[in-house]
Amino acid sequence: MKKLKLSTFLLAIAAPLAAAVVSIIISSLAVLATKKSPMDAYRTMWDFGTTSASLMQMLNTATPYYIAAIAIAITFRAGLFNIGVEGQLRLGAMFGAYFGAMFALPPVFHIIAIMLIAMTIGGLWAAIAGYLKVKRGVSEVISTIMLNSLAGGFSSYLLANHFADLTTASNNLSTKEIPASGQFPNLMPLLNKLGVEDQPGGGVYGMLIFAIALGIIFWFVINRTRFGFELRASGANPIAARVSGVNSKRMTFVALALSGAIAGLAGLPAVLGDTHAFNMGFRTGIGFSAIAVALLGRNNAVGMAISALLFGFLEVSSRSLELIDIAPETYVIMQGSILLSSVIAYEVVRRYKITLQSKELAKAVQA
Amino acid sequence: MSVQAGTVHALVGENGAGKSTVMKILYGMQRPDSGEILVNGTAVHFKNPNDAIAASIGMVHQHFMLADNFTVLENIILGSEPKKGMSIDFVAARAKVVAMAEQYGLEIDPDILVEELGVGQRQRVEILKVLYRGARILIFDEPTAVLVPQEVDDLFSALEGLRAQGMAIIFISHKLDEVLRVADDVTVVRAGSTVAEVKSKDVTARQLAELMVGSELPQPSTHGVTRRDQITLALNDVSIPTSTGSRDLISHISFDLHAGEVVGIAGVEGNGQAELVEAILGLRDYTGSISFNNASIDHMSVAHRHDLGIGFIPEDRQRQALMMDSPLWENRILGHQRSAPVMRGFILDKKATIADTARIMEEFDVRAPGPQTLATALSGGNQQKFIVGREMSKAPALLVASHPTRGVDVGAQGAIWEELRRARENGMAIVLISADLEELIGMSDRLLVMLRGVITAELDPAKTTPEQLGSAMTGAA
Repeated sequence: MKKLKLSTFLLAIAAPLAAAVVSIIISSLAVLATKKSPMDAYRTMWDFGTTSASLMQMLNTATPYYIAAIAIAITFRAGLFNIGVEGQLRLGAMFGAYFGAMFALPPVFHIIAIMLIAMTIGGLWAAIAGYLKVKRGVSEVISTIMLNSLAGGFSSYLLANHFADLTTASNNLSTKEIPASGQFPNLMPLLNKLGVEDQPGGGVYGMLIFAIALGIIFWFVINRTRFGFELRASGANPIAARVSGVNSKRMTFVALALSGAIAGLAGLPAVLGDTHAFNMGFRTGIGFSAIAVALLGRNNAVGMAISALLFGFLEVSSRSLELIDIAPETYVIMQGSILLSSVIAYEVVRRYKITLQSKELAKAVQA
Repeated sequence: MSVQAGTVHALVGENGAGKSTVMKILYGMQRPDSGEILVNGTAVHFKNPNDAIAASIGMVHQHFMLADNFTVLENIILGSEPKKGMSIDFVAARAKVVAMAEQYGLEIDPDILVEELGVGQRQRVEILKVLYRGARILIFDEPTAVLVPQEVDDLFSALEGLRAQGMAIIFISHKLDEVLRVADDVTVVRAGSTVAEVKSKDVTARQLAELMVGSELPQPSTHGVTRRDQITLALNDVSIPTSTGSRDLISHISFDLHAGEVVGIAGVEGNGQAELVEAILGLRDYTGSISFNNASIDHMSVAHRHDLGIGFIPEDRQRQALMMDSPLWENRILGHQRSAPVMRGFILDKKATIADTARIMEEFDVRAPGPQTLATALSGGNQQKFIVGREMSKAPALLVASHPTRGVDVGAQGAIWEELRRARENGMAIVLISADLEELIGMSDRLLVMLRGVITAELDPAKTTPEQLGSAMTGAA
């Protein structure tokens, strides 16, 4: 029995370990190809990445990744693929910021109202893909990609022509500033009390706490509720799920809309915690990096948290590579190789597990 | 075990007895712990199926591995395409395939899409695929499990042809009458070891079966009349029109089913039985009306019908009843995610589910290490026993059993029959659909024959022989 537990444990860590080793080899080769020393690169990244300021930025980068990855994981678990998170979070953040600046509410309620607006917009945008899939059989992969393009153009148009606050003289088109009651408090004062000193770069977004709570809710709903079970069953075997009484069309629609609603929140950490408005500098690419975060984290609440932090760390620490004349884009190679090798490693381990179980079964039958 | 060229060698045994393991080793999917394999006198060591193919061993799988939207020709050459420069040499491939098909008596149109083919013809494609790769030793894994009698005859004449060409054929089955018809030699395995090697002309099906299970054989039969007054299921003029307006899939079906009664639906596959099942379960729209315990269920969802007390054992368990990559305890939830013991309110009660899964495994003799075992690791018979146990655990008033013993071994078959008998005595109404005519006649209180979507005859199983039923099914009577 003890042996069994040990082997289960070894199996669980075998895949990430193998993936890490392979990806380090690939990244090293990439650095070597530019005639630089990989060891220097890693040491520089580590030294820079582990400073307090970098760690805070890592958290700030990881928070939207994590929220967006949860949105994507909802669809992965249901056997769907929402590539449209990028567009959903963009529209959610813009509408949230625009309407959030138009009214004042007591502090907590104001934030909740903005979040609800962002969720509604993101959810509605994704529901278009859900409707097309259920009613017309349009692949959600295709429609969400196309909705991304639409969201990009639509948001630029609205910002430039309707939402921008033209009373301030600035080159950067921006919505009006959200009043203080709608700004998510920074975690810095809390950290100060714990003895962490202020750092340049603006502290830690308060939405980090929200993201953690969202991760816990995600885990609970997926693993411990009927809705979560039916969602997973639809992903694992859609026909059997239908036979078991799951309304497959409704599940498809709900999964996509819910995914979009969560995605709508992924742009808010920076909007509510830093810029307090939606402007042209709004970060792009969160929705695409989050696909990799969800894949690497196996659509699992803890796994995705670790991979979001890892991606955040790589992104922030790789900025230091410029100091030793290595292209900071090297981190893209690192991300890619981690993702690729982990997908392969997990598949190998999964197959090995099935073989192992078949053998165990043969023993059990003979006994 | 040794197999000679130009013979058909059957390997029989219960599910889980080790047949599949032997085959996996032969086909390079698993490595033996000890012992050796000799092909034409030389010892071989297979690391993977490619090695086995190179040693001219080919496997025809029970579950076909074909690409539906490819033509027959494309499927056959898939993976070993003849090349002409950069492109595939379709002309040469077609010539080779047509010649091969003719040589072995496996005629088929190479340009038709596989999705348009029936089961028997798909199997033909599988066989051609294996032959195309130069196999001289052919392994057939339960080839008749999915075939109707007519197709079985075709397959057997094809096997004759292959044998005449000097192929060695290994035939895995637990349909013993078929084994005796087609095989020259028979090897019987039980619990992982060979228990007998016999010539097929020296044994009867009964003797073989007893060798397989090591004891007496189960019989499909029921005792006495347990039919009650209560009408559990009533169909009134149920039809499923097609969207194209051609002939209805099922047409004007009406019958009553009482509690404690088994109605057997006989018919060659594809004559509307599957659609009838889908209508009763609510998986398909229909006209007419269906009532359950005297109340109409026409407007109820699949889930609602399920919760009223309609259980279902589907014909294709891997597709319709299991999540193959999930553990058994999660599969226990499937179809029962709206009620205890799996749920406490909206919250999944993992502990109770695991405990109840263990109970099913114990009561229904599901042979697996535990509730955490993945469904895919179980043999077909054990998967089926698990599904029967799952459906029985809420004691449904009506059970729709579609081919409940298809592809399972004698032991599991006996156990499933026993369950159905007991349920019937306890007042369960059962709709039984089967291609096994003895099972239909033995288990049913009443037989309805379906042909082209219409009920063409009602027969009394006590006065019907399989031959009579068979001709009624094809419309000959």
